[in-house]
Amino acid sequence: MTTATDLAEAQSKLPIRGGQRPRRGFVSRGIKPFFGTPINALVTLACLWILWLGVKAAYGWLIVRAVTAGGAEACKVGQGACWPFFAAKLRFMIFGIYPYDEQWRVALAMILFLGMIGISMVPRFWTRALLGFWAATIVVTAILISGGILGLSHVPTTQWSGLPLSFLLSAVGLALGFPLGVVLALARASNLPAIRVLAVVFIEVIRGVPLISILFMASVMLPLFMPSGITIDKLLRAQVAIIIFAAAYIAEAIRGGLQAIPQGQHEASNAMGLHYWQSMRLIVLPQALKIAIPPLVNISIGFFQDTTLVTIIGLLDFLSTVRTAMQDPSWIGLAVVEGYVFAAFIYFVFSYIMGAYSRFLERRARLGHD
Amino acid sequence: MVKARSLTRWLAFGFVAGLGFVSAAPASAQATLDTVKKRGKILCGVSPVAPGFSYADDKGVRRGFDVDICRAVSAAVFGEPDKVEYVPLNTNVRFQAVQSGEVDILSRQNTWSFSRDNSLGLDFGPVVFYDGQGLMVPKKLNVSSASELANAAICLLPGTTTLQNLEDFFRPKNIKYEPVVFENSDEWRNAFFSGRCDAITTDRSDLASVRAIASDPDAYVVLPETVSKEPLAPTIRQNDPNWRKIVDWSVYALIAAEEKGITQANVDSHLKSEDPEIQRLLGVNGDFGKMLGLDNKWSYNIIKSLGNYVEVFDRNLGPKTRLGLTRGPNKLWTEGGLLYAPPFR
Repeated sequence: MTTATDLAEAQSKLPIRGGQRPRRGFVSRGIKPFFGTPINALVTLACLWILWLGVKAAYGWLIVRAVTAGGAEACKVGQGACWPFFAAKLRFMIFGIYPYDEQWRVALAMILFLGMIGISMVPRFWTRALLGFWAATIVVTAILISGGILGLSHVPTTQWSGLPLSFLLSAVGLALGFPLGVVLALARASNLPAIRVLAVVFIEVIRGVPLISILFMASVMLPLFMPSGITIDKLLRAQVAIIIFAAAYIAEAIRGGLQAIPQGQHEASNAMGLHYWQSMRLIVLPQALKIAIPPLVNISIGFFQDTTLVTIIGLLDFLSTVRTAMQDPSWIGLAVVEGYVFAAFIYFVFSYIMGAYSRFLERRARLGHD
Repeated sequence: MVKARSLTRWLAFGFVAGLGFVSAAPASAQATLDTVKKRGKILCGVSPVAPGFSYADDKGVRRGFDVDICRAVSAAVFGEPDKVEYVPLNTNVRFQAVQSGEVDILSRQNTWSFSRDNSLGLDFGPVVFYDGQGLMVPKKLNVSSASELANAAICLLPGTTTLQNLEDFFRPKNIKYEPVVFENSDEWRNAFFSGRCDAITTDRSDLASVRAIASDPDAYVVLPETVSKEPLAPTIRQNDPNWRKIVDWSVYALIAAEEKGITQANVDSHLKSEDPEIQRLLGVNGDFGKMLGLDNKWSYNIIKSLGNYVEVFDRNLGPKTRLGLTRGPNKLWTEGGLLYAPPFR
């Protein structure tokens, strides 16, 4: 039975222009969900208590009992977080074995790169000019990091390490894996049997083996098959492995999006006289990619963290530079928790930003639909 | 719509990014010395992290005992120690990296053993560090010998031969034990300190550093038994006798210098020495460098830039470092150790 009040309540829950929610009182918003029933109240109190314990322990360890002055000896005696470890090792943990006097170059490149990513996240800047800026950024970044021209000394890839290496591996892996993934997804959905089978085999083989084994193949097997006298840069081998691995996963995410597009959309674009590529580019892919945003971001976050696997083939990514710093004979065993907490913090910050941005994109895409 | 279209346009730029990382480095098809000289640096395979043997300092500069062996060869070849590019290698790729020419020397705590010497197509240089697998227990366990460790839980790292050595040692004695394997060395150490295991095992040099790290080093004792012999030696490709001899004699030069009392500080005054062997060693007399295809000052340059064996040892591993290793068998033969360089004559 529907009463007038029910109807009014249901109406008030309907989204009003722009998805803005109607304002409700503090009690119904802040108190009711947490203390509405005795069990809810109990759960809320228990959670608050656990939270309080965590905050208290962290505060005590990070601030109250922390060792802020002195060196390794002070940390050995002290009970809290070892801040001198960061004073001595922060720069190494971030930049790794990149030549110390040249680290401003990679720092500048990273600021430029992250700045461009920040700008690219804002829909207002999605213009043709942005592509030009990206091309310039990539060239400048490559020159800064690699050097060899304009009076900058050449820094071989064996010395690229730390956070910049993690960014590089995941960013290039995703940037190149994405177009490859789109092509693979389209090929898998193709009507041409040969192309479809090729795509299916590629995707299933890559997804059927762990990233570690692909990295091993690239770093251990490949050199043995090369003609003697030729070696391929180790970083490049790892990067290619990550690209094809990312492509296979991205392809599956996009295939999910493609399948969600109703057949009518294809038929309508055919009826308008669009040929295959036009219909894909203008009608199908924009909708499919929109649907695929959550899984794509999921993959991006996953790959940012999966780059830590390159440590097994001897590349020093961010996590391994942190671990290397902890194994310095003067600090060994003194800053184990500090090192891992720092690494976790950095990974969390970047993963959280990616996640938050994906939620923003989803909201925006949904608005576009309405 | 605008967004999706620009997304597709971004694709093209990803490819541009890739171009910067393509490079191909020619490895040796000819004599290693010529390749190294042409390249202007030595490619040296080292452990990514091994406290005291290979690690990066605050400025990211690689240091350590294994690192200094490569620097010695660099000093011999180029006259200066830092013409080395370090390639961090894990245990599973290290020998393959030598075979494929990715590195010229592998100096990363490699144990020299029969099967490795005869099946991998590799040569081992002289032993630079005599190590051996040992066991450490907390003092309060009141254990004085490894044979008392029946049914003990033993913490170990999944090293290449650690578990096998333990098995070889305990099985003939019919002693049962429980191996507890850790992938991460921090975890492995903390498991032992927190009492998860009754004993911890690894090479003695590492045991000493584990003990040095403990909050109370005196609470732990290293058992007298040596479970296995681990002679650590640099590794190079087979069939390049000249390069092998350069590596061999660079190490012998360090040992001979200690024997003759030549140090980094006093090497210049020894140039005027009357001792004919010192004269040959330092290139004052004889054409010993030429025989190796090097400058006659080759070993003078090693000592001038690195010091002698004990200076290298003390700087990286010795009692003044946090690892605090004693020399044990790594003393000169004249002092009851195993270090012995063939004569320079």
